[in-house]
Amino acid sequence: MSGGTGIDIRLTLNGESVVARVDQGDRLLDFLRYGRGLTGTKEGCGEGECGACTVLLDGVPVNSCLIPAWQARERVVETVEAVPEEELASLLESGATQCGACTPGVVMTAWWVRRNRDLVDTHTLRELMAGSLCRCTGYDGIIEGLEAWLESAAPGGESEGGA
Amino acid sequence: MTVYSPRDLDEALDLRARHPKATPIAGGTDLGVHWPQRIAGDPADWLDLSGVAELRTHTWTDDELVLGAGTTYWDVIRDPRVVGALPLLVRAARQVGAVQIQARGTWGGNVVNASPAADGVPVLMAYDAVLELRSREETEEVPLSEFYLGYKQMRLGPDQLLTGIHIPRRTYDFEWFEKVGSRSAQAITKVGVAVTRRAAEWRVVANSVAPTVCRCRTVESLLAEEHPVSGPSDLAPVLAADVSPIDDVRSTARYRAEVLARIIYWGLRDECPMFT
Repeated sequence: MSGGTGIDIRLTLNGESVVARVDQGDRLLDFLRYGRGLTGTKEGCGEGECGACTVLLDGVPVNSCLIPAWQARERVVETVEAVPEEELASLLESGATQCGACTPGVVMTAWWVRRNRDLVDTHTLRELMAGSLCRCTGYDGIIEGLEAWLESAAPGGESEGGA
Repeated sequence: MTVYSPRDLDEALDLRARHPKATPIAGGTDLGVHWPQRIAGDPADWLDLSGVAELRTHTWTDDELVLGAGTTYWDVIRDPRVVGALPLLVRAARQVGAVQIQARGTWGGNVVNASPAADGVPVLMAYDAVLELRSREETEEVPLSEFYLGYKQMRLGPDQLLTGIHIPRRTYDFEWFEKVGSRSAQAITKVGVAVTRRAAEWRVVANSVAPTVCRCRTVESLLAEEHPVSGPSDLAPVLAADVSPIDDVRSTARYRAEVLARIIYWGLRDECPMFT
């Protein structure tokens, strides 16, 4: 139970154990950007539609704008800052990014697909990526980049459900 | 504003009884929309169910699938047994938002949020799901088709939590789900329908066309009695007895009524010899 001005939470953030006091009105998005300075995660619509704020929670993509920060307690959170730069080559070469507003969310969902390749046994890449709205690329560059990324050598990192 | 964070179901039921005005929250895919504005305008207390492990599991018995109320759409999509045994659950789940929403939105939350547009509810109702409502003292079972009383009104006591959804495992002759939205992902339903048939027993459940998700019992009778239907225009007057669509931000009453008749007609045409 928590009252007053703040709630103390412990979580694993980009591989590090973190203890923090969050405001009751803070979203996970606010905590990441303003509490931790992880400004790679963007706010787009603020209503769970555009996917710009996508982070991985316990290994699965979620909209960080929809999650009260206090719900991140005891969870594993990964942001775009945790994705190794060299992993992004395929997306860069295919023109998966233009203005960049959706890109951190696109990268996080693509990173999740990359780490859980069996997803393509049941889903198309377009269905898996449907939670990111992109108004620049027409999506073809994103899908081509992800296809190339999936064909490249296996990454490190955790699979879905891993912590 | 106070946030109550129970660690297990007993503690959750105890907090629910002691703080009946605290709003239960699980995945937050509806309550979290414009969260800062919601918090600023409303000093409500919250009962956070996301840490209650007992609610997060789904279990199979010989007779039924029991979804813990906190089971997410993604949990169901990722269980290959569901596709085989209760395929409409997966079909509906994959039409909710995209993975970011599917991974957070819960079946129980979808039921008690009581939106007329709820995407998970028509398939649950077409499968004759029964809700498990628990308080500290007792457990009550209520058929989902009898749970809603009116717009956002339901048979849920101030000390009760929806803890589980029991779905009978049966063999169906026909199972079908259709959702009409503005696009194929990230859309809220304009009109939707789930249909099951076992021999002459039909379930036809529609959403976004009435104050609650509802069974279309007049249509179910027409199908069971094998009345001839020569086109969507024959179904529309029958449906008028079952549904009462309105104009709102997503669609119009006229569109919803016409499209519901069309999707039911074309969806069932191959299944029903009396549809000509």
